Amino acid sequence: MKTVIDAHNISKTFNKKSIPVLAVKNVHLHLEKGEFVALVGPSGSGKTTLLNLIGGLDKPDQGNILINGIDITKLSANELIDFRLHNIGFVFQSFNLIPVLTAKENVELIMQLQGRGKREIKERVQTLFQEVGLSDKLNSRPAQLSGGQQQRVAVARALASKPQFVLADEPTANLDSKSAANLLDIMTKLNQEENMTFIFSTHDQRVIERARRVITLVDGEVNSDTGTYLELNHGNSLI
Amino acid sequence: MWIIKLAWKNMWRNRNRTAITISAIFFAVLLSTVTNSLQDGVFDNLIKNVVSFYNGYVQIHKKGYWEERILDNVFEDSKELQHTILTEDNVQNLAPRFESFALSATETNTKSAMVIGISPDKENFITQLKNKIIEGNYLTANDTDILISEGLMKRLGTKLNDTIVLLGQGYHGSIASGKFRIKGILKFGSPDLNDQSLYMNLPLAQEMYGAPNKLTSYVLNLKTNDEMNQTARSLKNILGKDYEVMTWEEMMPEITQHIKTDKASMYIIVILLYILVCFGIFGTLLMMMVERKYEIGMLVAIGMKKIKLIYLLILESLFTVITGCLLGILISIPIVYYLKINPIRFTGEFAKTYEEFGFEPIFPASTDSNIFIEQGIIVLLLGLILSFYPLVKVLRLDPIESMKKM
Ligand SMILES: Nc1ncnc2c1ncn2[C@@H]1O[C@H](COP(=O)(O)OP(=O)(O)O)[C@@H](O)[C@H]1O
Ligand SMILES: [Mg+2]
Repeated sequence: MKTVIDAHNISKTFNKKSIPVLAVKNVHLHLEKGEFVALVGPSGSGKTTLLNLIGGLDKPDQGNILINGIDITKLSANELIDFRLHNIGFVFQSFNLIPVLTAKENVELIMQLQGRGKREIKERVQTLFQEVGLSDKLNSRPAQLSGGQQQRVAVARALASKPQFVLADEPTANLDSKSAANLLDIMTKLNQEENMTFIFSTHDQRVIERARRVITLVDGEVNSDTGTYLELNHGNSLI
Repeated sequence: MWIIKLAWKNMWRNRNRTAITISAIFFAVLLSTVTNSLQDGVFDNLIKNVVSFYNGYVQIHKKGYWEERILDNVFEDSKELQHTILTEDNVQNLAPRFESFALSATETNTKSAMVIGISPDKENFITQLKNKIIEGNYLTANDTDILISEGLMKRLGTKLNDTIVLLGQGYHGSIASGKFRIKGILKFGSPDLNDQSLYMNLPLAQEMYGAPNKLTSYVLNLKTNDEMNQTARSLKNILGKDYEVMTWEEMMPEITQHIKTDKASMYIIVILLYILVCFGIFGTLLMMMVERKYEIGMLVAIGMKKIKLIYLLILESLFTVITGCLLGILISIPIVYYLKINPIRFTGEFAKTYEEFGFEPIFPASTDSNIFIEQGIIVLLLGLILSFYPLVKVLRLDPIESMKKM
């Protein structure tokens, strides 16, 4: 068993000068490789803030966040950018893609940033587009793709960098239910076949049902955690 | 390589905006090259006129002659002296002159005249005097006849082939006098020259004034006029304190002044033009940054180092500015050439000023390639300096902040 995320007693307060908002409160979070975790809770409960913290986009006021054993709260802003590039895959709610690049180029971009070789990039792009079911859309511009297809390209991009885990903040929020289900299918498949760790926030009940572990946030605190399904890592599907 | 490709694609993301920026740069380069070419052309032409009309680029006199143009201030012509001057690298040619005033008279009229003793071939080489003949013929080497200017001819009420009498004060208080036949009529643009000048062979003038072998000046022609000041300086050193070496700028300070003030006002216009262009470029950069704030934030979020982003943005500005500059230069070349072949003719106040100096107010544009390169580089640098704004923005950018819902 390999620990991917180990966040210890992290807190984050906004508006310290006027009316302070305690967005994340004393959160402990422990994720093993291969987990498929949904972060749920009402709007304003701190899901985005928590994901930003563990994604290295923001720094906690207190506590430590270890990703693959490295305490990212100790990294400088520049080191964090590089850390994110090599360790974390991001899928945002929308506008994930660069509009002037084709789907393929958008995925290539992250590997080019990593400085990977041309051949490796070419091969990996083929595989990834197959996995997200968009082999026929390689040369389409984002504007020519549906919202669901765009999110699938974003998932392909997130995986392209071979990250420790993929972090997705409400990836289905702007999708119709069919596209949302389709995206979840793909994420689940990648989780099972490649043992990729996913953590995503959502308040969509149908999405929550697909998760293997559900962490509920209320007012920035962990309200409930269904815990790690260890059997997942032994290859037994739950669905 | 991929970053260059991305920059190129980004450049065309908003075609209208890029087109507007490029045309702003294009017009800046175009206007500044055309105005500069015209201005340089005007001054080149003006200077050429000054030289070809009378003064030459550089003159050598006995010390004090320019201040007090009297026959006491003459110097001895000598082969050695000419040789010394001609061995100076940049000196191409020289023409000796003997100048003095005299009264010219016909049976009925008496007018003052400036008698200029010349060596016909050498003088023609430097001031193209032959071209100013409107009637009759130019002087030959041993001519005892004279040329007079059209204005003087009219004032005297005389004509070609008539004979006139000259009377003046000679060297060391002697009397200078003589009787000469008019062999040719000259026409000058400058009223001064046109109303007074009278040319004859150098030995003839020297003899009349009782000053054999004496000169008032050497008029010099240079190989490269750009090096006029250096040449004048080194001639000063070689010739020592008995002589004065004067450039046309020193001899005609009013024209030098005129060029200076004119250039200064043109600079102000060009600077205003550049300021306008800067606002144009800056405006589009500002819009571009607002429009792409989310996207740039996302690139930083997924792991694009800021230094790479800056590189990307600089490339984008470079592409835009270079395209504008190149277009500007390419289009301005034919325009400037057209203006060279079909020169602009000034009218009104401007024309009067030039006419007073004695030149036709026609001005072909200069096609000096330096102008194009210079203006292109200035605009390019301006564009690059302006693109520091997005760079500062990028350095300060916080991905979470910039990716907040729009
Ligand atoms: N940058 C910020 N400045 C001030 N308050 C913020 C900021 N980001 C989030 N918050 C506040 O923190 C709380 C948690 O927000 P968020 O993490 O976005 O919740 P969720 O994603 O669950 O909707 C909210 O009360 C929100 O208003
Ligand atoms: Mg949120």
